[in-house]
Amino acid sequence: MPKHHVTTTINGDPVEFLCAPEQTLLDVLRDVLQLTGSKEGCASGDCGACSVTLDGRLVCACLVLGVEAQGHSVETIEGMAKGDELHPLQRKFLEHAALQCGICTPGFLVAAKALLGRNPDPTETEVRYWLAGNLCRCTGYDKIVRAVLDAAAEMRRI
Amino acid sequence: MDYRSPGSVRDAVELLAAHNGTAHVLAGGTDLLVKLRAGFVAPELVVDVKAIPQLRGIASDPRGFRIGAAVSCAEIGEHAALSAAWPGVVEALQLIGSTQIQGRATLGGNLCNASPAADSVPALIAAGAVCEVAGPAGEREVPVEKLVTGPGRTSLARGEFVLAFRLPNPDAGSADAYLRLIPRTEMDIAVIGVGVALTLDHAGVCTRARVGLGAVAPTALLVADAANALIGSKVDDAALAALAAAASAACKPIDDKRGTVTYRTKVAGVLARRAARIAFDRARGR
Repeated sequence: MPKHHVTTTINGDPVEFLCAPEQTLLDVLRDVLQLTGSKEGCASGDCGACSVTLDGRLVCACLVLGVEAQGHSVETIEGMAKGDELHPLQRKFLEHAALQCGICTPGFLVAAKALLGRNPDPTETEVRYWLAGNLCRCTGYDKIVRAVLDAAAEMRRI
Repeated sequence: MDYRSPGSVRDAVELLAAHNGTAHVLAGGTDLLVKLRAGFVAPELVVDVKAIPQLRGIASDPRGFRIGAAVSCAEIGEHAALSAAWPGVVEALQLIGSTQIQGRATLGGNLCNASPAADSVPALIAAGAVCEVAGPAGEREVPVEKLVTGPGRTSLARGEFVLAFRLPNPDAGSADAYLRLIPRTEMDIAVIGVGVALTLDHAGVCTRARVGLGAVAPTALLVADAANALIGSKVDDAALAALAAAASAACKPIDDKRGTVTYRTKVAGVLARRAARIAFDRARGR
């Protein structure tokens, strides 16, 4: 089957790629574009390690075909820091030790950023429900939730 | 596998009809991509329907609401007027998966995936939702409860697909509610789901009701006996007990790790009673 030529925007930059119809957006990000920050955990939309935004909506890149990115805008973890300057969420994850192995971290960060973009002052309950589709198997969720709430507080002060 | 993204209903129908059952509709993809990867389905062609304008957007007119079959659950949940008019439908579809899944999952996909446990379906049935279906012979309307015929099976003919869902504007004194049981607070498949929509007159007497049951039979059910238990009553304890008994009597569930036949049958009645009570309280507040 011929590959599809896809024109899209990733982290603000115009990007073109070729992909097979069955390749997921996650496959394309990692294997074609070498954007390996998005992780493959379950490949079935359960773990959230591949969280990206598509036209501003939080989605699992493993549940989107690469061809579906045609004409749309994708934001990944690689777009989060500005050069050497970490996003407040990234700094707070470090300060609160909200990661151990790090596999789930990009997904949590992308998901948390999407939350704070919509709701700059979430309650702890809102954070926990919003992040229910992001699984962490080593740190536990308390430190992650505290880091998100702390980052939200800091971002509201700026 | 090939992928096409037609921009019109006619093109989509032609593609689906020409592929003699080896084409699959792609809306949000949250079920289809999992099945593709697991090898449960191997279509020659995937037809992405998200570029077709008739499947996008939520419109309201004096008749009611029209929800495009490919609108994401997240977008539906953000629609204030629809959420106010049909809180049960919206709370049901918001129970589907995580935030990430909400960003992709659609009502068309939730229905046509034809899982008995689809959360939106009992609520849509209770609300009296009707599907607009397009196909080689033109368009037709199908009540939601008539679309699924068994696990993984629908009444859609070759070349047909769902364009949109129509919900009426609720009458004065009407409200709906949806409850589901899962063994945890989030991220699970319904053991039982119950949607109830009812209408009260000025005296608080129930004049109309519809009850949808999910995950307790091969398809989601419209349970007329359960609705009849409410109609003519003031939704008092006796009526709620009759409703619960009728809901349990309608169950033909399977035994599996999520629940036994006995458990599902009993709890379907309990949830029906509670959902009716919520719908009743909402209707009285209107």
